Amino acid sequence: MILDVSIPNIGENVESGTVVSIMVSIGDRVVKDDGIIEFETDKALVEIPAPAAGTVVEILVREGDELHIGDTIVRLEAEDHAVDTSAGKKDAEAEEKDAETEEEDAKASDDQPSPPDKMKTETSEEKERHGSRSQDQALGKKERAPSFPESEDRKLPVAAAPSIRRQARELGIDIRRVQGSGPGGRITTKDVNAYVKNRLSASHQNRPAFSEMSSQIELPDFSRWGQVERSDLSTVRRITAESMSLSWRTIPHVTQFDQADISHVEEWLHTVRKDTAQTEGKLTITAVLVKVVAEALKKFHSFNVSLDMGKQQIIRKHYIHIGVAVDTQRGLLVPVIRDVDKKSIMDIAGEINDLSERARKKRITPDEMDGGTFTISNQGGIGGLNFTPIIYWPQAAILGVSRAAVKPLYLDGEWRPRTMLPLSLSYDHRLNDGAGAARFLGWICRALEYPLAMQ
Amino acid sequence: MDEKTTDPAEIVIIGAGPGGYAAAFLAADLGLDVTLIDPNKNPGGVCLYRGCIPSKALLNASRLIREADAAGEMGIAFTKPKIDIHKLRSWKNGVVTKLTDGLGRLGNQRKIDYIRGKAKFKGNHILDVHTVENGTRELSFQHAVIATGSQSAELSGVDHGSPYILDSEAALELEDIPKKLLIVGGGYIGLELGTVYASLGSKITLVEITSGLLPGVDRDLVRVLRKPLDRLFETIALNTSVQDLKILKNGIKATLKGLDAEATQKRFDKVLVAVGRRPDTKDLGLEVAGISVNSKGIIKVDSQCRTTADNIFAIGDVAGEPMLAHKASHQGRVAVEVIAGRKSAFEPIAIPAVVFTDPEIAWAGLTEARAKEMGIEFQTVRFPWAASGRAMTIGRTDGLTKLLLEKQTERVIGVGIVGPHAGEMIAEGVLAIEMAANTTDLKLTVHPHPTLTETVQEAAELFSGTATHYFSPNKAGHRNP
Repeated sequence: MILDVSIPNIGENVESGTVVSIMVSIGDRVVKDDGIIEFETDKALVEIPAPAAGTVVEILVREGDELHIGDTIVRLEAEDHAVDTSAGKKDAEAEEKDAETEEEDAKASDDQPSPPDKMKTETSEEKERHGSRSQDQALGKKERAPSFPESEDRKLPVAAAPSIRRQARELGIDIRRVQGSGPGGRITTKDVNAYVKNRLSASHQNRPAFSEMSSQIELPDFSRWGQVERSDLSTVRRITAESMSLSWRTIPHVTQFDQADISHVEEWLHTVRKDTAQTEGKLTITAVLVKVVAEALKKFHSFNVSLDMGKQQIIRKHYIHIGVAVDTQRGLLVPVIRDVDKKSIMDIAGEINDLSERARKKRITPDEMDGGTFTISNQGGIGGLNFTPIIYWPQAAILGVSRAAVKPLYLDGEWRPRTMLPLSLSYDHRLNDGAGAARFLGWICRALEYPLAMQ
Repeated sequence: MDEKTTDPAEIVIIGAGPGGYAAAFLAADLGLDVTLIDPNKNPGGVCLYRGCIPSKALLNASRLIREADAAGEMGIAFTKPKIDIHKLRSWKNGVVTKLTDGLGRLGNQRKIDYIRGKAKFKGNHILDVHTVENGTRELSFQHAVIATGSQSAELSGVDHGSPYILDSEAALELEDIPKKLLIVGGGYIGLELGTVYASLGSKITLVEITSGLLPGVDRDLVRVLRKPLDRLFETIALNTSVQDLKILKNGIKATLKGLDAEATQKRFDKVLVAVGRRPDTKDLGLEVAGISVNSKGIIKVDSQCRTTADNIFAIGDVAGEPMLAHKASHQGRVAVEVIAGRKSAFEPIAIPAVVFTDPEIAWAGLTEARAKEMGIEFQTVRFPWAASGRAMTIGRTDGLTKLLLEKQTERVIGVGIVGPHAGEMIAEGVLAIEMAANTTDLKLTVHPHPTLTETVQEAAELFSGTATHYFSPNKAGHRNP
């Protein structure tokens, strides 16, 4: 049986990406979950795995090809008939979901909805969906099958005359993002101009606008002082750079330092590790910290929020999803553990292991790194006394963890050796003040010292 | 400075076909120093020397023969035409020479450095030119555009050196008119050259390995062409492959095998192999310059026609399908604009294709098959030429004008035409698609009467339910006009 392997849904709002490398050749035998291609979206680099065991009989893509969700990449001669046929179904559902999200987005960003526009949105949902999707996918792919370019695209080409497309291109605009006001969504010069205007006036919280801004600052000619070499930013580096610049620029950071006596926790970890052996995966201080922070966030709501300056509102999240920074060969990745307040430390430890392992193996999807409400960055394994972490926008705070050390502590009239863990809490001063931050971090420290006090 | 060192050429264009010369001329007009390399005496490439132009000249001559024959119905009878093949050949060659000489002059006027030879990269800023005088010269350059085009694909296991086995280039030479001609391949080249030779008197047997002529073209269009082709050709064998071509003293013995049929052997005077074209990218030293090609030899390019080497571009047939002259010229201009620093990109929505058979078939945008495959909701309207006054007056009602309309927006996403002059008519369809015109736009655009172009307007009217010259009882009254 021949099985078409296509790009699965790899994350909300991810519709397309580029083939970075092809990891198989014709005739290769793959087993389920073997990587087939490396696929780079504007959010991450992921490996597309084989849905079943089989032999590669045809490779339909080349490195550098731009593909959309659902595009076939290779054909496998499958080895058994128990193939996961739900892949196709999942795609369809995902697409449905995407369309809905798109619509919500459209509604949300519609600051001043004029009545006719509103009506249009409501009465012709299908039309809108179709339109926006086609605009998103019009350009892109290069020749693949020996047929004509218009047939290369999955969806309708963009509804704009060649002169309008040229205008947009010269202005550096992706015409697919422009909403057409003409019959059938045809894009006019006015639409393009309006789009440019809107984008210029958009807040600088807008990521693309930001990267453009920083790229405008001209660099000196370094080669005047010696030999230099340029290389392109990797995806992860670029995303980190954009995201950190955004955080740094928009969030007034304050970092609060403290240290926690984790002697009891260490003892407990030691015992548990002995008891459970290898079966439960590696239990680390990070898992304990995730749990403790979750409890702290339940008590200190103001650290589980986001700030909407535009609407002058604070958005409180009734869920606690904690991101754990992972150092990988590709750079910093932050997988998110969902609903940590409802999970046991053991479960959390298992998830951290699984997610960080997959992050290192490029098997993590952008969705698994989205939606965090708080982040923990543990550098304890590497060393250092303290550091000032940068908040992962749009979160409200981040906890930096350094290396624990045994220190003398004066307790009950005598000096005792205690294992002390240095902690740094960077918080958004727009949302929290020093006193609150000191209390929050203090609570975390006490909870680590006397875990039973958490209840 | 070393005396031998000359300034590198600003732009070198390798290949002077419709892509290469369009690129060279534009580059010169933009003020760049241009070097154009091609083995032929003048620019023109396969298209002018051995392709589009000579074949269309011959097709026009053959049309006269068929029209004279058909004039009997109007009460005008001619005697059987006498064909002077030498004169026909030199007339065709004259057309080619006039055009290519003209291009040569246009190049000179633009002060383009035209070198007759073949180029081979030695690096990404340097190449060797092996000139036709057997010399070699080295040339350094800032930017290069590869436009070496394509050549006829060969059948494996066939002796293409035999004088009895022709490719399209040899067939256009018109050496003689073979009594029995076997054509391998039912694509546009096979059908066009078959039309020429059949009209000149050859008995044509055409074999096509797939289940239909012109693979990829909508069947309703091909169906209209099939009838006249059946009259013109002796045999059209679909699902049939050539098992063997044995060269005899005075011809070829071909072994043909149809699906579920015994192989049969037949003798032909000549065989024309027209099984497609492949890009001419061997022997260019592409690897040395860091240019990647795919397994079919097609050079990998981005939307600006840039190859994997930043300063080198590839356009036309070497950059992949569709291998059409007008695509090459368009890409050539894009590449040059990019080199000149403009934000240009190759992004047409529709590239028209024309098959110059009789009737002609032309299409642009999506075919029905492709639109279905893409899952686009669309509606098709077909206007038969039997309802066109103009078609009647030229005695050719064997035509059909078809529009593919996206359901929600009624936007034109594809146009297909079969009939005489379809190739001239398709341009309106291309414009409609590129401008994202909808049915109302086509309907409200006044078309001249009496012309075949009215069929486009009437097809659009038909979509709304009422077309002046066609009554559709199912549709009338159901929609607002």
